[in-house]
Amino acid sequence: MRNAFINTLTDIAKTDEKIFLICGDLGYSVLEPFRDSFPDRFLNAGIAEQNMLGVATGLSREGYNVFVYSIGNFPTLRAMEQIRYDVCYHQASVKIVAVGAGYAYGPLGTSHHTTEDLAMMRVLPNMTVIAPGDPWEAAAAAKWLAGNRGPGYVRLNKTGEANVHESAVSFDDQKAIKIRPGRLGALLCTGAILDSATRHEMIANGKYELYSFPFVKPLDTVLLREVAEKYEHLVTIEEHQLAGGFGSAIVEALSDMYSVGKLSRMPRVTRHGIHDSFFCFAGSQEYIRRLAVKPIPPEGIKSAT
Amino acid sequence: MAAGGKRMNSVELSRRVRVECLHLCNRYKASHIGGAYSVTDILAVLYGTPILRFRSNEPTWSGRDRLFYSKGHACTSLYATLEAVGFSKGLFGTFTQDGSFWTSHVNHLVPGVEISTGSLGHALPVAAGTALAGKRLNKNWKVYCIVSDGELDEGSNWEAILFSPHHQLGNLCVIVDSNQIQSFGRVEDVMGLDSLEAKFLAFRWNVFRVDGHNHGKLADVLSMFRNSLLLAPTVIIADTVKGKGVSFMENNLAWHYKSPNDQELIAALAELERE
Repeated sequence: MRNAFINTLTDIAKTDEKIFLICGDLGYSVLEPFRDSFPDRFLNAGIAEQNMLGVATGLSREGYNVFVYSIGNFPTLRAMEQIRYDVCYHQASVKIVAVGAGYAYGPLGTSHHTTEDLAMMRVLPNMTVIAPGDPWEAAAAAKWLAGNRGPGYVRLNKTGEANVHESAVSFDDQKAIKIRPGRLGALLCTGAILDSATRHEMIANGKYELYSFPFVKPLDTVLLREVAEKYEHLVTIEEHQLAGGFGSAIVEALSDMYSVGKLSRMPRVTRHGIHDSFFCFAGSQEYIRRLAVKPIPPEGIKSAT
Repeated sequence: MAAGGKRMNSVELSRRVRVECLHLCNRYKASHIGGAYSVTDILAVLYGTPILRFRSNEPTWSGRDRLFYSKGHACTSLYATLEAVGFSKGLFGTFTQDGSFWTSHVNHLVPGVEISTGSLGHALPVAAGTALAGKRLNKNWKVYCIVSDGELDEGSNWEAILFSPHHQLGNLCVIVDSNQIQSFGRVEDVMGLDSLEAKFLAFRWNVFRVDGHNHGKLADVLSMFRNSLLLAPTVIIADTVKGKGVSFMENNLAWHYKSPNDQELIAALAELERE
């Protein structure tokens, strides 16, 4: 995914001289083509994320569309207030590109598990939040972010993800994308766990529809309303804490629509995600996903506290 | 140069700004007059001499020098300065009132303000990014950033202080309003900065130290920066007095918080007018 994103961005930068790429001393074997092609629009800001986001804001104020590339929590949580106040409040054209979404860096430990970022980013006014589901969606995210001013966040998995789509997709309308047909309910998914979701038992034999929601914010409430009117049961899947993430956004949107009469009834929503916990052991992404990304059990979530 | 006429003399400008700050803090029960007074002369020299290039009738003029004001709490002196040189009108009537963009931490909705501040340690990285853009785009405008000494506790500032010489941001000038008092104590007691000159020198900055209330000396060193093509960024450590200009406010932590009552207003006005 990161290669699809960066290669697309590098292509766009050939004709769009406003594209500027900053990295936080990461990107070995990924960013070299951009760096070598556009040295005047590349910067390694070092291991100093707060300054990196401030510098990005400064560059954007002079006309650049600045992409800031780093791993998971570093360009996000580490610089949270810079993102809130410098980037979002001033509507700066700063696009944060985080690789290692969810448990993509599973064996590296909890420092590298990116499992709170959607909540942190989507709560910020003016911020667009994108979690592409496969390399085609990652390329579409690069195009969308390059073509739009203002703050943005994209969480990418890592490398080697399977293509879920057969060909390029467009993010022009910021809509959810139908992946599989079904008849009993709808499974709504965001991010790179989409590929796993295609193999979910509910998807087998055309039971549930499967949708990819690359945009966590703004959320495609038109599609959401359609499936909520059509089905009694919806399922959300995300590689993220249940608190504040994609499933929360879905439930909030449903509740808001229902409360103002735009929805005739509330569907039952089963949220799959991480249950208010850190994963403290090593493991492949698949291994940790199996253990940590789960639906809410009948007895509810037991917090570690 | 300011559009539409000659600039106000910097001494006259500083006097007028101090009086305005006093009235604002009295009328609206606002805080931070101490830090507003320590930086007043620095602002007056920037805006009241030909050092800073700006057009008050065209605040976002692309050729302007970019001034970032990191000590957002000391908003009154910046607002009053901008108003005095023609950027805005109506400050005294609406400061901090319902619906006003004159918030009591600096707001970029006010004409002439580059970015909103108030959370400390934010402006210098943005100033560094702006200076980098100026360099990459071959612009001849300069970037100024006014920071307080207390906020140099923030690690984000030191990230930018390390970053700026590495990228040879010779178009960047940081002015430290070194008034020696932060929110809950003296700088030397809370988190000592000595020697600030040595620290900046070790980080490979051009370092100057001046009396931050001496307009002539401030103008000399700022002009030197303005008229030079430098490789390294410049820092001017301005030795200032918190509450400068009103004897009972000077060097007194209380005036980080207090707003002058009517009696104090009269006493302070008498001192400011006598000067």
